[in-house]
Order: sequence, then structure tokens, then C-alpha cells
Amino acid sequence: MAEARAAAPGEAQTLVAVDDLAKIFDVSPPLLNRVLQGEKRVFLKAVDGVSFRIPRGKTFSLVGESGCGKSTVARLVVGLYHPTRGTIRIDGVDMASLKTRAEIAPVRKRLQMIFQDPYASLNPRWRVAEIIAEPIRAHGLMSDKRQIAERVGELLTQVGLAPADGEKFPHEFSGGQRQRISIARALASNPEFLICDEPTSALDVSVQAQILNLMKRLQRDLGLTYLFISHDLAVVYHISDMVGVMYLGRLVEWGQARALFRRPQHPYTRMLLDAIPDLEMTGRHRIPVAGEVPSPISPPSGCHFHPRCPFANERCRSEAPQALATVAGEVACHAVEENRLPDSAPRRVPAQKPL
Amino acid sequence: MAVEAGAAARLADALRRFFDGDIWYSFTRSPVIIVSAVITALFVVSAVFAPLVAPHNPFDLASIDLLDSFIPPVWLADGDPRFLLGTDDQGRGILSTIIYGARISLGVGFASVLFAMVLGIALGLISGYFGGTVDAVIMRIADVQLTFPAILIALLIDGLARAVLPRDFHGEVWFYVLVLAIGLSFWVQYARTVRGSAMVERNKEYVQAARVIGIPPVLIMLRHVLPNVMGPVLVIATINLAIAVITEATLSFLGVGVPLTSPSLGTLIRVGNDFLFSGEWWITIFPGAALAILVLAVNLLGDWLRDALNPKLR
Amino acid sequence: MSGAVQDRLPGNQPLLQVDRLRIEIPNRRGTLLAVDDVSFHINEGEVLGVVGESGAGKSLTGSAIIGLLEPPCHIAGGQIHLAGRRIDNLSYEQMRRIRGREIGMVFQDPLTSLNPLYTVGRQLTETILTHTDLGEKAARARAIELLQEVGIPAAAERIDQYPHQFSGGMRQRVVIALALCINPRLIIADEPTTALDVSIQAQIIAVLKKLCREHGAAVMLVTHDMGVIAETADRVAVMYAGRIVEVGPVADVVLRAQHPYTAGLMGSIPLVGHDVEALTQIDGAMPRLNAIPAGCAFNPRCPRAFERCRRERPELQPVGATQAACWLYDEEQARPARGSGTHG
Repeated sequence: MAEARAAAPGEAQTLVAVDDLAKIFDVSPPLLNRVLQGEKRVFLKAVDGVSFRIPRGKTFSLVGESGCGKSTVARLVVGLYHPTRGTIRIDGVDMASLKTRAEIAPVRKRLQMIFQDPYASLNPRWRVAEIIAEPIRAHGLMSDKRQIAERVGELLTQVGLAPADGEKFPHEFSGGQRQRISIARALASNPEFLICDEPTSALDVSVQAQILNLMKRLQRDLGLTYLFISHDLAVVYHISDMVGVMYLGRLVEWGQARALFRRPQHPYTRMLLDAIPDLEMTGRHRIPVAGEVPSPISPPSGCHFHPRCPFANERCRSEAPQALATVAGEVACHAVEENRLPDSAPRRVPAQKPL
Repeated sequence: MAVEAGAAARLADALRRFFDGDIWYSFTRSPVIIVSAVITALFVVSAVFAPLVAPHNPFDLASIDLLDSFIPPVWLADGDPRFLLGTDDQGRGILSTIIYGARISLGVGFASVLFAMVLGIALGLISGYFGGTVDAVIMRIADVQLTFPAILIALLIDGLARAVLPRDFHGEVWFYVLVLAIGLSFWVQYARTVRGSAMVERNKEYVQAARVIGIPPVLIMLRHVLPNVMGPVLVIATINLAIAVITEATLSFLGVGVPLTSPSLGTLIRVGNDFLFSGEWWITIFPGAALAILVLAVNLLGDWLRDALNPKLR
Repeated sequence: MSGAVQDRLPGNQPLLQVDRLRIEIPNRRGTLLAVDDVSFHINEGEVLGVVGESGAGKSLTGSAIIGLLEPPCHIAGGQIHLAGRRIDNLSYEQMRRIRGREIGMVFQDPLTSLNPLYTVGRQLTETILTHTDLGEKAARARAIELLQEVGIPAAAERIDQYPHQFSGGMRQRVVIALALCINPRLIIADEPTTALDVSIQAQIIAVLKKLCREHGAAVMLVTHDMGVIAETADRVAVMYAGRIVEVGPVADVVLRAQHPYTAGLMGSIPLVGHDVEALTQIDGAMPRLNAIPAGCAFNPRCPRAFERCRRERPELQPVGATQAACWLYDEEQARPARGSGTHG
């Protein structure tokens, strides 16, 4: 999508600004195979020109099916990958301009990450207190042992565990408790921006509710800003202020969560919403959509979604759509631009947040 | 004080965990492994405390009497109660030479395994964590290394040392030459294992979490990756110890290893070999049996450790 | 025996009857009871959803029925009857034959259910040849027919491809075709859609539903996903810590849950269009198998627990349209003073 508008005056201040972000992975066979067997270089466009803004204190979610590049965006923003193209600015600071460790450290402190797999995200050989204290020590926030121990106890209490749990090892905890430990570690350096990569998708639903409630509470109490990655639309609806829908490395639609869920524009967004299981037993049938996500190594021409789109025409096959303003935010779809889509009936989503 | 108490409590806690854990449980459940461990421990303890354990000091010329030569083991006719397993051609007690020989064999074994381990782990960590060109270069060197059999490398280095260093000097550096020779032929195994594990661990989320926190790569490798790849390394080290002892014995048997003045088990076997057909079988059989038992025990321990550390086989 | 497949069962006898099933996992510190006194039935042509969180014992129950419990896990009590025949005490060989002819299986990970070294067609035709009287040609034709039935386009060409040439959703279709090629009376589907994207999930559920309608097979659908259950199952059994806490028609359980655990579980699922500041939360976690509380296993987490819950273990009893194992609904407790207001 070309560009997401900066927040209008009067709205909350933008904390995170991502512009035309792209990441291309080289997945070529080894040099020897290329030389001997004449194989070609292969590139995977995991993220291809994504732009968005996250206002301070809000939650922006990226949603999409596996392989759409949403986790790659998270890792780019947090600095685990270097972007092939585009800029990431946190509070106005361009991340690419920071070269030395000393320059990066103060920014690092302000953003932290929560991972998907609570069984892999904690070093199995470290005690919980050591795990949580690592960011405090690394950033030199405190040096006194007793002070650190106190802070660790405070963090454990904050995420709903007991200070005494710090003496235990990760394997003594359930998946949900481990995710709490992970959150405590992320909070240890007093960050203001948390990148959450599918933080609840490995958890059971009742535990997922605990973690989502905890995350909402922490956001309220600490004024945190979230970039939330998920494939679960219901979770995204529950936690987000703004939502971006990704398909094969591109943002196809983004906007205010409620407005977007109420009147989805892009055919892919509509399809995703139709595929949500009906738990209210209204008798609505899921509309199975034909086809599957194609390989990101050789994505379809034009609009990546055209082979699965019931409204695709010649233009969709040849020309990548540009972003258009919508009620909720923006959409990239020729059919919307040409007004070819059947009007989508408003979904059972309240227009305004109650309260 | 408080810190010390805390450390003591932690140690007690760690011990409790160990004796409560699956590895100790699996250990107590297999008699063969207990026997192997006891034998290995006996060898190690008597090797370390050889001067205290051995009945005689075979290298103290003053205590050796040529009149005591070729005494058979004590249970045979002409046996002497002073020499339990008999004596060799110079009147040294076989039991004592075995104990002192094991000391040298195990010394060379441990040192060369340690050398190979440190070299292999370091190269493996670098290779696995950074990948790319560094990885390719290290792994190609490893490939080349693997094309030479261990004995050949050892012979090469030994020959080189003999050619380059003055003759008298060899009497002092043989230990390091052996350790270098044997160690160099082992490091590839560690490097490959550590590299594989490090590549797996590197992509785990706890390592990514450390990177997000901003921990420098060297510290991530040492504090996060290394402890989590040590399991397979320990298994290889145990089995390698047995191979190192055998390799040292082979080299000494071939006459390129430990000098005659301070014989290892391999040297003893070679020396005794000359008397095998003249009736004095004990001079070579007992060191040979000691070597076989030691290697078997260590190997059994290594095999068990591999199974005990593998959660899939538990 | 293969002729028996088409027989109707006499009277109202259920196709699968599980009575007081107990599954134990012995380990060195004692014996863990993973499934405790579980009874249920599945009628012909019915889809029974078995739902629960990880560690509830739902997958073990499914494995016990097909005789694929991994040792040292074993059936320690109870009986399993398939079409009136007891199957929990059969030898491995006898059980293998039943698995081949009467029970089909669909697992979570389609990649591990297929042999990567054989073409899809070979795996299908071999299964058909082993378990039916069809010849080579007819078996291949049947395989193509099955692949078409589960919605694989260009089945005649794709039959000679290897599993890795299929995408995740297509592979799961192949696994379903593999389960169907013996014309089973019962299909056990263990988390068949968990590894798949939402849009593919809907497709696979549609295929499963269509097939059991057309083939008249009964399905035991084991999953943690209430959405999948709500869309697919006729009845649903909710498991917690090795026991069934509630069982009944799917609409009743999903919309009017009686057991506090089921109610909490349903409330903890976020829904699109439902604006709540906080989701209903069941505090704590499911107990580990070595620390299952006395009385009702759910009592430490239950907001409505009282003295009796900590002492005695409730059995399933009829409550409205469903059955729930909860003392709230015992006659003695049904006094107006106690908790009749919050549910309804």
C-alpha cells in the first residue's frame, strides 16, 4: 500500500511509523548447485511495501494466513531482520540511522517482544529470576543485587505470579504461566512499545483469555503501544484499535478495527470474516473460499489475490492496485475503486465502542 | 554471609534436583552402568593418586632390583607376594606399571579430549551462530580434516615434531605432541555436532529474545546457546575418551607415542609383546586386559549417557 | 466380516459404546490416571465432538478406541464396543484388521500421516487392495474417485504425485480420502483442522460434513476448537482433567452451558462483534495429572464451588437438555438460595 496517512491533528501522537517496508529473502540453492546444475537464484518477497502508523498507547494488529509476511514485519520492526527497503521510525527516530551499539541501546530499551511459543522463548537452563533480570542487567538499569531482586519480584507480581516463582525453572510452569514470564521479561526494561508475535496462539482458550486480559490491563496501566500479530480475527477484534490485513507480503486493507470489521471492503477481508466459525449458532454457514495461498516465491501477477478472487478481471491480473481511502482506513483493490463489488451488508459489529 | 548461604542452598537444590532427576534414576536402574562407572572411577582415582595407590614406584630406579625380573603372578609357582601380577624384564611390578601407565594413558586421553572439545565447540558455535561464509570455510576445513584417518594425522604431527624439534627436546614435549595429534583428529566431531545444535538453538525464540534485549553475539553464544548444546557434547566426549586412550595406545605400540622411560598402557603392551612367546605372558596380557576393561567401561558409560540424555528414548 | 459393514445395527444400539474407560500412564513415581471413568456413545451417522484443553485426555480417548495407545500408556478399566463387539481387549493383529476395515483415522498433521516416499495414488490403492476385493485397475479408479470426492482438482493427474507436492489443505484432503477408502463405519478425527489456516479449515470441515452425510459414517471429532465443534458436531462432550464434565446436543452445550467449566470456556472465547473490556476468565490452569484435586477436579478454579465440591466427585446427571457432572444440579442442592439465578 502506498502510504498510510499520518494521524490527523488532534488524534493521538504517532509512536511507530513504517513506510514502504520490504524484506526479500535469498532462498537460492547453494552456489555449488547453481554453478553445476545451472539453477537460478531464488528470492522470496516476504514483505513487499508495507506502510502503517501506530498511535501511542494503541494496538495495531496485523492479521493474515500463514506465509503472508506478518511475522516478518514484526521481526523487522523489532530489529531481528534488516529491511531490504523502506524505513521504520520509532518516535521519530529512523532505526536505520542507528549504527553503533551505543546508539541502538536506548531505542532497544523502549521496544520489546513477546513470542509465540512459551516453551521455546525461555532459556530452559536459567531460573525465572535470571531470565527476567537479563534486560535489567543488559541495559544497566540497576546494579544492586537486592534492588534487581526487588524489581523482579515486582514484575512477577505485575503479571500475576508470585515473587517466589523466580527461584523456579521454566519447565515447572504451565504454558500460560510461561507466557506471563515472557511478558515480565519484556516489561523489565520499562518499554513503551511491545511487539507481540501470536502471543496466544499456542495457548488453550481459557488461558488465552487470561493473557489477553493481562495484556489489556498492562496497556491501560502502563500506557503501552502494541503491534499485535495474529491469525485469529476474533482475538484481533477483541484487542485492537486498528487492524491491517496482509496477503502475500502486502497490506490489502487497514483501518479502524470496528469500522473495518463492520464493513470490510477487500474481497480477501470479507472472505476471512466469512470463514470465522459461527459460535453463536445463528445458522450462518461458513462460505468456504476456493483455493489456497499461493507460494510467496512466485506470487501471482497484478493483485496477488486475483486467482482466488471471484471479482477479478483483466486489470486485476496485470496491475497491482493502489491504496484508496475508505471509511475505516485504506484498501488496495481495483474492484472497490471501480465500484464492481456487491455492497457488503454491515456485519453484526457495533459501530461505536460501548461505554 | 548471606551470599554464601544462598550459594550453599543453591548447590543443595541442584544436588536434590540431580538425584531426583531422570538421569540419576536411569543410572540406578542399570547394574551394568553402575559397574562401568565404578570401574572407570577406580581407574581415574588410582591414576590420579598413583604414588599413594601403587605398591611400588616403577620409575624409581633405587627401588628396582633386576633380581626381581620375570617373577610370575602371585598365584603361580615362583610367585612373590610383593608383586601381585608379577614383574617385567627389569623387575618392575606389573600392577604398579599398570597404575602408572593408566595415569599417562588417561592423562593424554583427558587432555586431548579437552583440547578437541574446546577447539571444536568454539569453531562449531561460530559456524552455527553466524552461518554464511564463515560457516562454509570452517566446514570445508572440517571436511578436509575428515579425509585423513586419525592415526595418520597423529603419525604426521609426531613425525613433524621429531623432525623439527631437537632429539633431546622430544623427551619433554611428547605429551603435548600426543595431545595435539589426537586432539586434532577429534575436533571435527564436536564442531559438527555443536554447529547443528547451535543452528537449531539460534532460531529458538529465547535466543531471539536475547537479541531483542541487545545482548552481544558472543555473550548469547556463551550464556544461552552453549549450555543448551552441551548434552550431545558430553556424550561424544565420553566416547572420545575411550577412543583417545586406544589411539594413544596404538601410537605407543607403534613406537611413536610415549617414550619408554614413562610407559603408558600402550607402551607396556608393546614391551611385553616381546616376551609373549617366551612364556612371560603376564607382562603384556595384564596391561592389555586393563586397557580393554577401561575402554569398555568408558564406552558403556558413553552409550548410556547418550540414551539418558535423549528424551525420546526415556 | 467385511460384509458386516453395511449391516444396520439392531434397535437403538449405538455404533460405538464406551463404558467407564480408564487409561493409566505408569511412571516411576506412581501411576497417573489420564482418563478416568469416561462413558459415551456415538450413533450411526452422528458427529460427536470431544472438546477440552490440552491434557484433558481427549486425544488419549481417541487413541484408546483405535488401539493405538503408546506404551506405557494403557487401558486400565472399562469396555469399548464397536457395533456390539467388544474391541478393547483384542490382540494387535485383530485390532489392525478393525482399523483397516471399520475405523478410519484423520490426524492433526497431514504430513506425518502420509508416507513421503510413495505417491498418493500408491498409498490409496494399496489400502484399497488390502482391505477390499477390488482388482488393481478398479482400486486405482476408486482412488481417483475418492480424491475427486474430497475436492482435489485434476485428481486423475495428481494421483501420481508425492505428498510434498500437495499443499497443507490438499494433503489433509488426501488423508481424509485415505480414511474413507475402506468405507469405515467410524472416523476418528483428531484435531483435523488445527494445523490449517482459517479459510482452509472451512473447506475441510465442509468436506468432512458432506462425506459423513453421504457415507453414513459416524465421526468422533477431537478438538480444542469450539468453533469447529459448533459448526460440525451433533452432540458434544466436554472433557476436563480426564473426565467428561458435560455432554449434550451441540446447541445446548454451546449456547446454554450448564457446567461452570463449560460456561467459563465459552465465555473466554473472544467473538467478532462482542465488545467486552475483559474476557471471562477461568483463573489458574488445568491441574497436572499428578495433582488432580479431590472431589470435583474443577473445584479450585470454580467460581461457584462449595463444600461438597471439595469432598465428593460429581457424576454426570441430566440437567435440562444436557448432562453435567456438577453438584449445583443435584436435587439436594437445588434450593433457591443457591445459585439458580446466574444461569438461565
